[in-house]
Amino acid sequence: MADTHAAQAAASGTTTTGTPTSAMSGSDTHFGAGYAVSAGSTAHGAHARAHQFDTPQQQYAASNLGMWIFLATEVMTFGGFFLAYIVYRALYPETFALASPHQSATWGTINTFALILSSLTMALAVHAAQTGNRRRLTMFLGFTIALACVFLVVKSIEYTTHIEENLWIGSQNFHMERPAGEIVDPEAARVDLDSTVQQGRAKIFFFLYWTMTGLHGFHVLIGIVLLSALLINNLRKVYSENYYTPVEMTGLYWHFVDLVWIFLFPLLYLLGGAHWHI
Amino acid sequence: MATVSTPIGEPIRRPERRVRLTYLNNGYGLRSWLFTLDHKRIAWLYLITITVAFMVGSIEATLIRLELLTPAGDLVQAENYSKLFTMHGITMIFLFLVPSIPAVLGNFFIPMMVGARDVAFPRLNLLSWYVYMLGALFLLAVMLLGGTDTGWTFYTPLSTTNYTQNVVPAAMGILIVGFSSILTGLNFLVTIHKMRAPGLTWFKMQLFLWSLYATSLIQVLATPVLAITLLLVAVERTLRVGIFDPALGGDPILFQHMFWFYSHPAVYIMILPGMGVISELISAFTRRNVFGYRFVAASSVAIAIYGFLVWGHHLFVAGQSVYSAMVFSVLSFFVAIPSAIKVFNWTATLYKASVWLQTPMLYAIGFIGLFVVGGLTGLFLAALATDVALSDTYFVVAHFHYVMVGGMLLAYLGGLHYWWPKMTGRMYPEFLGKLAAITVFLGFNLTFFPQFVAGALGMNRRYYSYDSSYQIYNVLSTAGSTILGVGFILPLFYLTWSLKFGKLAPDNPWGSAGLEWQSPTPPPPENFEEQPVVLHGPHHYTRKEVTVG
Repeated sequence: MADTHAAQAAASGTTTTGTPTSAMSGSDTHFGAGYAVSAGSTAHGAHARAHQFDTPQQQYAASNLGMWIFLATEVMTFGGFFLAYIVYRALYPETFALASPHQSATWGTINTFALILSSLTMALAVHAAQTGNRRRLTMFLGFTIALACVFLVVKSIEYTTHIEENLWIGSQNFHMERPAGEIVDPEAARVDLDSTVQQGRAKIFFFLYWTMTGLHGFHVLIGIVLLSALLINNLRKVYSENYYTPVEMTGLYWHFVDLVWIFLFPLLYLLGGAHWHI
Repeated sequence: MATVSTPIGEPIRRPERRVRLTYLNNGYGLRSWLFTLDHKRIAWLYLITITVAFMVGSIEATLIRLELLTPAGDLVQAENYSKLFTMHGITMIFLFLVPSIPAVLGNFFIPMMVGARDVAFPRLNLLSWYVYMLGALFLLAVMLLGGTDTGWTFYTPLSTTNYTQNVVPAAMGILIVGFSSILTGLNFLVTIHKMRAPGLTWFKMQLFLWSLYATSLIQVLATPVLAITLLLVAVERTLRVGIFDPALGGDPILFQHMFWFYSHPAVYIMILPGMGVISELISAFTRRNVFGYRFVAASSVAIAIYGFLVWGHHLFVAGQSVYSAMVFSVLSFFVAIPSAIKVFNWTATLYKASVWLQTPMLYAIGFIGLFVVGGLTGLFLAALATDVALSDTYFVVAHFHYVMVGGMLLAYLGGLHYWWPKMTGRMYPEFLGKLAAITVFLGFNLTFFPQFVAGALGMNRRYYSYDSSYQIYNVLSTAGSTILGVGFILPLFYLTWSLKFGKLAPDNPWGSAGLEWQSPTPPPPENFEEQPVVLHGPHHYTRKEVTVG
């Protein structure tokens, strides 16, 4: 239960192995003034503890902190994209309002639900691991993988449509048409989309669209690989209520990937009014 | 006045006769090194590779200096000259300076200074080295393909036009090396947070740990932005989209903002570890804790934080708003505060101390002098009006070489000599060490001081030819660089020689109080034979000296 988790968290960061002895005692040790030798790191026999750690709790705390730092680097990575997005949206709001409706809000919403649901199943998977319920862990990892696959399938349908509509930025024939349906923004409605200038700006939107969703999709793919590895390990009975760090770390990663999408969806799909089409 | 009759604060232990298990005899053969998870062996992998990188970068620098001996372009013409200074910058910054102290000395000594058996994630540590090697291979391929010629800064739109070559593989190489840097920083942060020995609280940590902690923060938070920026350049170039190209609606200044958001903090990746080493050296060779220890520790973190707020001073003449420029100028001046705290405190530590002038200490004193020059000239460049005049002149080149070579490289060499006995179990030859330290100091000043003058007189950087009125400064500079070269080749030979023929080192030849010295020399595979417990503050020296007068 949560007690296990609390016990692990409570012990995090402590390195209390043994009691300090006198600095000057033990003349045959190598320690000079100011240092002593501890009674020794005797907390052996724990499951899957690497040699550099004294206790499984220390190992858990280190993995946890390492994962959070990694997520901080991820925030900075996507932050670079968001910065570029903010700059160009501020510069060319009308073009962005015309480009965004080429995204299908329908597919976007389906994918948003798929990822939010997968966050739930991931959280349930972590809980199952903490309580040592292998059957439920297998089930929820399976659900999470399935939802991640749904996301990627929908995304590739969208990508295909975009390529057919000449919206792939690498294409020689890149051309953004006026979107079907009503344009809410009166400024945007007046824009002459056939000019080279406007097409260049549209291309910047799609540059951001393809790179941001592409990098995010790559993260989803990595997530599927990690989740599958967890699933295989779980079938080999690696995890128990005493050892579930990899499940929890992957969980953190997966929630982050979902969170990025929560930002991408409104920024890329919902400008200029949501357009519900498939 | 206090003097010491003997420079030794702690009794020297003689090396043991019987064969003891050390990290060096714990397995032989190439596999035991290439697949090792021991942080000390990984440090050696880095040491060897960055030495090769340094030699490559030095050859490029030598060719630049030879070309600049005469005002006309005799040796190389414009295009090849551009490639030379670009590859010199890329090699020295990404393959040598960024990994130098962190990945070699940090890797070896952070776990020992925190009293741990290894870094938190040994596999990740080895992976970092392989990632570094992969990136280095990309950059090597770029060199074999003829190099790239955009400058190490990859400014758009130049870097996305057809006039430049090999930009994409170079950008990918740097991106990959960047990941190695991120992973190393992450590993160190977790190690310092979670692996400290019993009793080792934050303000008992040695100053080297503090500076590496601040460095790691920068590596982790800034490098991803560089990765994304270079990725955007590569995509723009490959797919011919104009995210930074004004002709297609893009904004080239945005590139500079994103690039310098990484690269200015990266400048501090290239000096903070050096400051950490200097704090260790000054403490060890004066037998004192560094004066104002807490301020010196905190100033490392302060520099890391300020480092994120000053990138705009690289854009003073690039067309950013004049109000941003003023704010960035003021913020840049703030960096002088923590830097000055360090310099004043080091000097205060030296005041009336019994300074033991061994080779590492010569480097440390050289560092203080050169860093003061490099730091103060930085203020000239932080000031808007003078920077407009000095931008893109040799003054800038001289300024950052005083910080990076006069600062970081001297600290690296000093640290390498200081810890050489611990790393190898052998002493380096002291006389040659001092000779090399003095040669480096003199050669360095002769190389780079004339560049301040040439720059102030208006000589532009990044041109293969120049007005003949600047020739005298360039002749001096090239002459200095040959002396500097001798100063670098000397340690290469005598340190290699000492691996086999050097005197056997005692456990603690300097009588240093650092925790890393309390382990046998060379250290056993898990660093300490027993788990150490820290009872005193850092750099704790017991007073045994005789007081005279």
